Amino acid sequence: MLTILFDGIAYGMLLFILGIGLCITLGLMNFINLAHGAFAMAGGYLAVVMMNSYGISIYWCLPAAFVFSALLGALLERTLYVHLYDKSHLDQVLFSIGLVFIAMAIVDYAMGANQQIVNLPPSLEGRIDFLGASIGVYRLFVIAICGLLTVGLQFVLAKTRFGSRLRAAVDDGRAARGLGINVTTIFALTFAVGSGLAGLGGALSTGIISLDPTFPLKYMIYFLIVISVGGTTTITGPFFASILLGVADVAGKYYVPAVGGFIIYTIMVAVLILRPQGLFTRSTSR
Amino acid sequence: MFHKGFFKGILGAGVALTLATGLPAIAQETVKVGLILPMTGASASTGRQIEAAAKLFIAQNGNKVAGKTIELIVKDDQGTADMSKRLAQELVVNDKVSILGGFGLTPLALAVGPVATQAKVPAIIMAAGTSMIVDQSPFFVRTSFTLPQNTTPIAVWSAKNGIKKVVTLVSDFGPGLDAEKSFKAGFEANGGQVIEQLRAPLANPDFAAFLQKAKDLKPDAVFLFVPSGQGATLMKQVAERGLAQAGIKVIGTGDVTDDDLLNSMGDDLIGMITSHNYSTDHNSPENAAFVAAFNKANPNMRPNFMAAGGYDGMALIYKALEKTGGSTDGVKLVEAMKGLAWTSPRGPISIDPATRDIIQNVYIRKVEKKNGQLYNVEFDTIPNFKDPTHK
Amino acid sequence: MSMSHLTENSAGASSRLLSAAKWRWYEIAFWIVAASLFFVFPTRLALLTEIVTLGLLALSIDLILGFAGIVTLGQGAFFGLGAYAAGIAAKYGMGVAPLSDPIVGLLIAGAVAGAVGFVTSFLVLRGSDLTRLMVTLGVGLIFAEVVNQARSITGGADGLQGVMLSPVLGIFDFDLYAQTAYVYSLGTLFVLFVIARVVMNSSFGLSLKAIKGNPLRSRAIGIPVNPRLIATYTLAAAYAGIAGGLLAQTTQAASPDMIAFHRSADTLLILVFGGAGHLYGGIIGAVAFRLMQDAFSSGSPDVWLAAVLNALPSFLNFWPIPNVLTVIFGLMGPKYWSLWLGLVLVLLVLFVRGGILGLVQSIYVRIFPSRNKVKP
Repeated sequence: MLTILFDGIAYGMLLFILGIGLCITLGLMNFINLAHGAFAMAGGYLAVVMMNSYGISIYWCLPAAFVFSALLGALLERTLYVHLYDKSHLDQVLFSIGLVFIAMAIVDYAMGANQQIVNLPPSLEGRIDFLGASIGVYRLFVIAICGLLTVGLQFVLAKTRFGSRLRAAVDDGRAARGLGINVTTIFALTFAVGSGLAGLGGALSTGIISLDPTFPLKYMIYFLIVISVGGTTTITGPFFASILLGVADVAGKYYVPAVGGFIIYTIMVAVLILRPQGLFTRSTSR
Repeated sequence: MFHKGFFKGILGAGVALTLATGLPAIAQETVKVGLILPMTGASASTGRQIEAAAKLFIAQNGNKVAGKTIELIVKDDQGTADMSKRLAQELVVNDKVSILGGFGLTPLALAVGPVATQAKVPAIIMAAGTSMIVDQSPFFVRTSFTLPQNTTPIAVWSAKNGIKKVVTLVSDFGPGLDAEKSFKAGFEANGGQVIEQLRAPLANPDFAAFLQKAKDLKPDAVFLFVPSGQGATLMKQVAERGLAQAGIKVIGTGDVTDDDLLNSMGDDLIGMITSHNYSTDHNSPENAAFVAAFNKANPNMRPNFMAAGGYDGMALIYKALEKTGGSTDGVKLVEAMKGLAWTSPRGPISIDPATRDIIQNVYIRKVEKKNGQLYNVEFDTIPNFKDPTHK
Repeated sequence: MSMSHLTENSAGASSRLLSAAKWRWYEIAFWIVAASLFFVFPTRLALLTEIVTLGLLALSIDLILGFAGIVTLGQGAFFGLGAYAAGIAAKYGMGVAPLSDPIVGLLIAGAVAGAVGFVTSFLVLRGSDLTRLMVTLGVGLIFAEVVNQARSITGGADGLQGVMLSPVLGIFDFDLYAQTAYVYSLGTLFVLFVIARVVMNSSFGLSLKAIKGNPLRSRAIGIPVNPRLIATYTLAAAYAGIAGGLLAQTTQAASPDMIAFHRSADTLLILVFGGAGHLYGGIIGAVAFRLMQDAFSSGSPDVWLAAVLNALPSFLNFWPIPNVLTVIFGLMGPKYWSLWLGLVLVLLVLFVRGGILGLVQSIYVRIFPSRNKVKP
């Protein structure tokens, strides 16, 4: 019972780290970036290559994946995405799906279509017993990292000057601009950090789930569910949404395997019907 | 950039219509073989193994057989059934292939069945493993394996080697259900007991819940089946879940310990016992030559059972053409294929004349480390084993 | 846009609206060409049939997106529902009319998909673009999961087998050359197209345009916004269902990937590629998309590469030129067609407004500026 809860939380945390960048960019610039998963994939593959081909420790791979995806995000944001902010949602969807297709082909060409997995260091393998529940060390590690990041993000958003500017920009970009806040820079920075987090999530996920060129499409649906349930106006919303989904998914498959697959989709549609702005959002002021 | 058929189509417009009632059985100098394979999408690794092996066979044996030139055409069906069917139709009608082959998954093979029957073109199943496919068209001939064929030996073996209670975990589709059923039948007939049958969705990112459930039931062993290319994630999570530490053995078909992925799965797999029709490690001169040539042509791949199916599929086509003296008549070709027997890289194989399915050795293997690499090392053989579910 | 309408006198407006309903020479030419393909490419009819079904699905998305302005990622759900409805009917008909009659099958497919579309339309009425994307996507995923789980009815992940059809109109059997399939599918597409054309040029269609332009103002001038949207969504769902039914009948199978997210996304791309809001955009997009995919996925890049390298003048034959060429041609293989598709999409969004038809239109306007003075 506790083990299932724990597994669900780990899975949810992973979804959160993978998807949070998308939530922020969506809330900030009202931009639907379906290619978000491609940044996660980039980080994941970097980690795989570093660990498996060069034997570099995972503790170096994770920050490297973050930096790599963040730089990639910043580069694409400045060169391509910037032209799409004033276009329709539909154009954004098409553009980012196009990017996903390109990313999938490139990864396939460079790395092959096989599932990639990494071999974790012994210190992260195995299980420990905790209150009678058996817990995987790696999942604990994932929870720890994601938890720290969440607290850190929340701190940055709530307590720092950058955070208050970001929140102002999300709430009302025009007014924020009028107050002299450089929304463009804030956005570029946020986009890069969001992509970096996705890359980190991608790298972390290689220890649990598989990585193959279809990754961005396969997980896109999960990101979208996190957003639609969690909303885009806070970071606690997507956080709780991720945990809820992770736990519901794992517990559903454990206890009622026959309908396990439906659970997360049903939650999503139910939430969208009852609370179209997301389950965990503040009442919208816009 | 247009497919060349477009231009051919313009020229042959009138002619083809008059021929539309039946396929021309004119002796051609070129014999075209159309492979329909998933080259992209979730089953891409299957398609690529088979393509590489088929090309290798042609490279090794030359493209001339019985006075005809063999031309291989590979089409990507992306693992979708309607595409497989359409490509089969086009290969027959437009490219005028004499033989179809490939078919990465059961539904893809089933979609092609009606086309093969209607066009009277042999369709060589080089991958898909559900038992009943060969019944769906008299033109299906299989060079891969069937799940009952590969599963029954491990079921019997484990019942006889001190395993009493088993939980099965399979992918929820045709081959998975075949494996589940055959395992239960073989295992319980020999005194074992299957205490739970778990089915994971075919597209499933996280096996945690299923493995935890299997672990909580405290069986002696867990039997696993997932299709080719998906074993890595599953085995990663099996190791992470600590089944071995809880005293639960892990057994399965060789699909799980796929040779192509085995090395990346890590040392946790050492000692896992599976039954299968082919191992890269199979000890025979034919296999040594096959693996060496395959590795030379494809440095980043290790030939797995899919490659063996593709390689033998081409061998079957060559042998059948030799027997018909180059005739590409579909009925004659299928007749020629029935009963053919030869030594393949996987050992002696033959085509059962009654079912058009493959008869082959099935091996019990254990994952071991050799020269720093992981291999499925064979330690027991069930010779000339037929699919037990065929009448 | 609305300003120019207001300044026009009502007679001018109605004559313009009426002229839009008239059949143009190029439209007639389009259908003649489509029909004549039967004789021009007698060996490619299977591909053409697939393009027709894809075009019909794209047309159904055009009805909701291009005319009603609702963004959807869930049309694949109705497509799949129709495919399974027609497939299951034919399977239990055992190849004998009425259940196995193709046209009856299409009616069943359309009715089932339309009914489900009507029920789910209430979900789509609320919320923003994003919510609509999510809801349509979620509904599609739920249906995909239902199909996957209901193994006894749908065949689960293995797909539905044993779809047996009686001859079309009791005369024409489905043949290997897909002759019957093509004529049958094209006929269906034409009939549905004409219906859609009439509906979209009627006052109903014009009110949809108004709703798309500004739902609030439309409501203010007395257009029943929600009923119109529900009707359109239901109609589009029925169209998608019929498209699915066609595919299931012509391929004699239905499989879970017919209902998968891919199908919805691809078709949306196809429509936008062709140009939304013209009715023809989906069909043209389907033609372009499939031909491109076919060209890339059946190319033989090694041969092309060898030819290019041979023809390469010696002064160009130094590093990195041959290596770069090897990589580029390597990417042209069947495995990587998605790269080129993605590139086309990205370029399309960045540089071309309104897809292929939009491009044609803007070229036309540039060549004959005088004829298009009243263009809004």
